[in-house]
Amino acid sequence: MDHVVERHPDDPQIITINMGPSHPATHGVLRLVLRLDGERVVDCVPHLGYLHRGMEKIAENRTYLQFIPYTDRMDYLSPLAANVGFALAVEELLGVRVPPRCEAIRVLCCELARVGSHLLWLGTHALDLGAATVFFHTFRDREWHYDLIEDLCGARLTTSYTRVGGVSWDMTPEWLGKLREFVDGMPARIDDYESLLTTNTIWLQRTQGVCKIDGRTAIALGMTGPSLRAAGVEHDLRKKRPYLLYDQLQFEIPVGTEGDIYDRYLVRIEEMRQSVRIMDQVLRSMPVGPWHIDDPKIFLPEKKRTLQGMEELIHQFMLITEGFDCPSGEVYHSTEVPKGELGFYIVSTGGRSPYRLRIRSPSFNNLATLPHLVEGGLVADVIAAIASLDPVMGEVDR
Amino acid sequence: MADGEATIGRLREVFPAAVIGSGSMRDQHWVEVAQDRFVEICCWLRDDPGADYDYLVDVTAVHWPDDPQPLEMVYHFYSYARNDRLRLKLRTGDGGPVPTLSGLWKSADWNERETFDMFGIHFEGHPDLRRILMPEDYTDFPLRREFPLYRG
Repeated sequence: MDHVVERHPDDPQIITINMGPSHPATHGVLRLVLRLDGERVVDCVPHLGYLHRGMEKIAENRTYLQFIPYTDRMDYLSPLAANVGFALAVEELLGVRVPPRCEAIRVLCCELARVGSHLLWLGTHALDLGAATVFFHTFRDREWHYDLIEDLCGARLTTSYTRVGGVSWDMTPEWLGKLREFVDGMPARIDDYESLLTTNTIWLQRTQGVCKIDGRTAIALGMTGPSLRAAGVEHDLRKKRPYLLYDQLQFEIPVGTEGDIYDRYLVRIEEMRQSVRIMDQVLRSMPVGPWHIDDPKIFLPEKKRTLQGMEELIHQFMLITEGFDCPSGEVYHSTEVPKGELGFYIVSTGGRSPYRLRIRSPSFNNLATLPHLVEGGLVADVIAAIASLDPVMGEVDR
Repeated sequence: MADGEATIGRLREVFPAAVIGSGSMRDQHWVEVAQDRFVEICCWLRDDPGADYDYLVDVTAVHWPDDPQPLEMVYHFYSYARNDRLRLKLRTGDGGPVPTLSGLWKSADWNERETFDMFGIHFEGHPDLRRILMPEDYTDFPLRREFPLYRG
């Protein structure tokens, strides 16, 4: 490591210290080089790339279907949301729309992912600021959410649940019953977390008025998601540019007024409540009918039919080995994932792989605002600022 | 109105010589502009009340090695007030240079660094053009088409 602790040659008051890349409060492998004047941060230079896997390059050499597992590994705290975002982008390129039941299934996935992601954010954020109790509460409930995800698709993290034109399998009535228990149980749990923090004097002193940002600056810096809404900008892609069934659902977009860490906390807490409310509505009026598109050239046939019908067997073989062809052209499609705007820009020249796949990651752009938030503040607040932005390095580095 | 369509119409009126091409797919419109008026057009996109693109969503590039100008810059803009997206393209030769937009939209800073890192495009006037994802001593530009996925 080239900077551990270093004194400035001209001004011995200024000390350069290295934070990370392996530091519990950087939430992944993020390295910050901080120049400090006493307790004050003079400047902060983030160094990224420790988790770079070249996903955009890999995508050029994979079929669209083969890329879905990679979307699990971007924001690994809400893989279901990224699965849905990517499937929607490819469907936009193909010009297909999935049936209502599939849209409802995907809404449930997105909102379950949002609750799960915010539970991790809340637990670790509070832990970073010394409130260890919250962590145990949120991780208990996060386990509940992971049990649901495991029941749904067989994996906790590497969900790969969506397919282009559908999902890997339907949600069963039993599973929907389990989700109903979760939806009914969560509001009281969220009240519990709030009772630990919302009026806690230490929490208020560590978060109120700390690392503030105003709406205009946040927009210019490319901030999206809960952090932007905490700065008073009422913007949510689910409302402003609705996809799936979101234009038929009742929910509110919480916004803050101060743009400080406390507002980011309040916004995410309220978002969990709104997510539960959305899931409740979807569960009440779960559409029946097909849960994938009826196009054997795009969507895999049911497994048992491939063992009986020649045509189904050929379709399965072709889709797995060759993939399907997309029209040439280009689309940008973005969804509101727990971290903000996740966009996929696909350039296709026809054929089974994208010519270029660009991932506009919310964590990358949100993290870019970190120097602005922490410079001039106290070094202890750097920890609070990172947690309040909720970056996931898998998505930053891709 | 489809995304970007109205703006492209107005761009053709205000900068008739600078609009090189345009197109659309699934109601998403894109426009390609000439490099000599690029910064001026971007200022207009940000400051004109009818355009009002206050958010630079993304900066990236696409490599077309067989073209005379092989690198295509792609910018996505969004206007919060008008809820409208626009895709702006700019062709450049190997390595650029392309004027930086970091003075107009701060979000260009890291995204341009990533584009430099992956494609080797230089952004003139960028305050801190260093690699961002790849190591500092890395010499290749992985998202160019000639860069192989497998080596050996």
